[in-house]
Amino acid sequence: MKILNQDETRRISDKVLSLCKADECVVTINGARTGNVRYARNAVSTAGLVEDTQLSVSVAFGKKQGTASINEFDDKSLEKVVRRAEDLARLAPENPEFMPTPDKQAFRASSTFSEKTAAIDPEYRAQVAAYSIEQSRKNKLVAAGFFTDRTSFETVANSRGVFGYQQQTGVDFTCTVRTEDGRGSGWVRRDANDVARFDPRAASDIAIEKALRSVDAKALEPGRYTVILEPAASSDLMAYMFFDFDARSADEGRSFLSKKGGKNRLGDKLFDEQVNIWADPWDKDVPVLPWDSQNLLARERMDLIKDGKVANMNYSQYWAKKQGKRAVGQPGNIIMAGGSKSTEELIAGTKKGILVTRTWYIRMVDPQSVLLTGLTRDGTFYIENGKIKHPIKNFRFNESPVTMLNNIDELGRPEVLSGDESPFQMLIPSIRVRDFNFTSLSDAV
Amino acid sequence: MERRTFLKVSAAAGGALLIPVFGEAIAEEQLINPMAVAFKKSLADAAMNAATKAGASYCDVRIGRYLNQFITTRDLNVENIVNTESSGVGVRVVANGAYGFVATNVMTLDAVADAARQAVAIAKANARLQSEPVRLAPVKGAGEVAWATPFTKDWRTVPVKEKAEMLIAANKAGMDAGASFMQSMLFQVNQQKYFASTDGSYIDQDFHRLWVPFTATAVDKASGKFRTRDGLSSPVSMGYEFLDAKPQHKIRAAGGVTTLYNGSYDLVEDARAAGRQAKEKLTAKSVEPGKYDLVLSPEHLFLTIHESVGHATELDRVLGYEANYAGTSFATLDKWESKKFQYGSKIVNFEADKNTPASLGCVGYDDEGVPAKRWDIIRDGVLVNYQATRDQAHIIGEKESHGCSFADSWSSVQFQRMPNVSLKAGRKKLAPDEMVKDVKKGIYILGRGSYSIDQQRYNFQFGGQLFYEIKDGKITQPLGDVAYQANTQDFWNACTAMCDERDWRMGGSFFDGKGQPSQVSAVSHGSSTTRFNGINVINTARKID
Repeated sequence: MKILNQDETRRISDKVLSLCKADECVVTINGARTGNVRYARNAVSTAGLVEDTQLSVSVAFGKKQGTASINEFDDKSLEKVVRRAEDLARLAPENPEFMPTPDKQAFRASSTFSEKTAAIDPEYRAQVAAYSIEQSRKNKLVAAGFFTDRTSFETVANSRGVFGYQQQTGVDFTCTVRTEDGRGSGWVRRDANDVARFDPRAASDIAIEKALRSVDAKALEPGRYTVILEPAASSDLMAYMFFDFDARSADEGRSFLSKKGGKNRLGDKLFDEQVNIWADPWDKDVPVLPWDSQNLLARERMDLIKDGKVANMNYSQYWAKKQGKRAVGQPGNIIMAGGSKSTEELIAGTKKGILVTRTWYIRMVDPQSVLLTGLTRDGTFYIENGKIKHPIKNFRFNESPVTMLNNIDELGRPEVLSGDESPFQMLIPSIRVRDFNFTSLSDAV
Repeated sequence: MERRTFLKVSAAAGGALLIPVFGEAIAEEQLINPMAVAFKKSLADAAMNAATKAGASYCDVRIGRYLNQFITTRDLNVENIVNTESSGVGVRVVANGAYGFVATNVMTLDAVADAARQAVAIAKANARLQSEPVRLAPVKGAGEVAWATPFTKDWRTVPVKEKAEMLIAANKAGMDAGASFMQSMLFQVNQQKYFASTDGSYIDQDFHRLWVPFTATAVDKASGKFRTRDGLSSPVSMGYEFLDAKPQHKIRAAGGVTTLYNGSYDLVEDARAAGRQAKEKLTAKSVEPGKYDLVLSPEHLFLTIHESVGHATELDRVLGYEANYAGTSFATLDKWESKKFQYGSKIVNFEADKNTPASLGCVGYDDEGVPAKRWDIIRDGVLVNYQATRDQAHIIGEKESHGCSFADSWSSVQFQRMPNVSLKAGRKKLAPDEMVKDVKKGIYILGRGSYSIDQQRYNFQFGGQLFYEIKDGKITQPLGDVAYQANTQDFWNACTAMCDERDWRMGGSFFDGKGQPSQVSAVSHGSSTTRFNGINVINTARKID
């Protein structure tokens, strides 16, 4: 597949906009080439390449909207897709909450593209798998892993002069290494937009070391413990909380950010004052597109939690207008301030506690308190007097990230990662928290 | 694992939407006309010829056209109506004993032939890392055949306005009955899948599915408390006739606490009940933690079955192919080989069935061209079989695949996915009201709530939508803040009673996630109302201020 350049997508979007007879028109063109290799049982199980390109046209007549798409780009096809979108809009009912598409605005480019990542080939992918397989075999371990790379582009344009084009690249790697007898398991995750920042050997070695150290886990009684959560262990918990940073839900009384009596908690100190979290599309470690593809609004650097206080919430265009606020593009990344210590240094400063490598299958139990349940996995260790003393069996937890971020002891050095189930690129530290609530034991290794 | 799979979908200017759906939007009239079978066959032949010439020992080609329509509403407003389409070709090969896969949305003879050659190159690049060559169980070529989901009313022909009005009527009913807010959605799916392989199969299939989820939210602004009640319907493989509610499909829950549905669904009636029940949940008694006998309704129990039996008996998990993501399984080969691993009590019988009418996993053929079938997984409480694909069958001594291969898109590689896995109804005549009579201290749980299980399927925690206290054989009052925790084997061995086939019905999920890259699959699980004795219940109420 050809990755279309800016001039090519501008020509297509200009043509589409000139053909449209509706009151408003939005054009999105995106395409991606995604390669992957998956391995398990010390052998490659699948490997592949997927290519796809799409053109989407959304139009509005007054408050009636319609959307259509096509994957052909000749003039006849462009006209066809515009007419189809217009036909659908005419059939749709009016949406009283309809908001017009944004006026022309500038998008300041972010560094989301790396030539080296775009040049990844099947040999490179196979080599990533080969290293962890070979090292695992040498150590009488069994590796399972997944490496994927993606090169993509996106153009957004509308009938009010908005235009944005950017290319993106990224690699994601996860690897689970288990002992042959299934008594030990270790895991690692690495994400980067530039493959030059990814070291498959170093990553695999972490999973191998954790697998070897995790054999013969002892059972610890469920209860409240001081816990060091590695970044991958807390990322999904925090992502759940940020899904609820919607101003409308808070104002309407159906969010943890709602207050008795019908107000929201903007400005309230809900977290430990060490907690500072923001979004920034231009961050050098976790750059994301400088626009929100949903509504074509520019993203901005935005504090979400400042010194433990709720600093901002997300406003849709409709709710912003109703509440007299300004709508901006919704965050694509989550960045949390940390300290300078490595996870090992946090461990060294812990008298008694538990190290959690990874959390798993997190689900909302009570949205009122953002109570989440889930489990630890692939490397859970007991710490005593600054050292890992022995591996322990996995726990189920029932805990709220709001409570967790109130019980912070110390923050480590932030690391880049993507959540398993969240849309955010993240830069978050290891966190040592008090009184983390484990409610039962799991026999799973 | 049931995952939340969210993809952002372009919307004209209607604000941000997060909608779980694949593909891009298309116009209404384009939905009805399928691709010509002859064209699909020519593409498939081009790919298979190119793959064979490049050195593949096996090749299969999947040509897919995936159509969805979804309508989202909030209170009395329609937020969006979107038609989506995704189409393209996926080519899988075996070369030098290894798999290779390439997918492209360019549907020309040259493009698919090139994809096939690239797939062979990928297979060869990875062959050096194989510990043993791929071994496919034999499949008899089906020739040129077709299969389609039976339905009487095509969702594609029902006017959008009529569907939107139905959702708005449901939202109004919920709000009139006590909900502060209502959100409802209508998912409609049509998957046109063409499969061809060098075994001599050319299989054209047409699937139709439907789901109408909603959430009623009640808010007490004075106390700052809010509670929700989700719909009690299940997604189905049916046409739009599912929404023409028939009186004979309405089921009175034990104690008459609510109405349940099987065969068709009265959305407006359920939304009305949800509005009332969401409000009731604001003042429900907070549960006292401890051991209870649980009476679990099928539209709740399906998810417990899915997680603790469905996923645990997937052979790829057992073998370690999912170790890096979805996990492995406690149901290891040695337990199966022993022929005496007591997975559950003696009344527990599970079967896998790809033929159950209206079930989400109902197909004519799987994505390796294997005809749909039925088999036992747990018999009289003992683990007797797994779920397998062509490359796994020999491991468990089977001569042919179970037909469990599935891919969620033309652009995804097919792999092992669970069939419908269902708990058979009790052999003795028993109705839910009679079951409750035997419970001294228990909780009756209805509807799906939160759910989580560990990566080997031992430790789980489940919530629900509605909870009722059972005291001395009677349902007494609604409860709140309920979740139960158990170990899978302990739980199924605590199964003491199940209602008979009159009460048997299915729940299901559109978005069962697994694999890397992650894919979703639609699957159903049936049961009748079932009792489990002495299960640990926790109280989930917390304060954050």
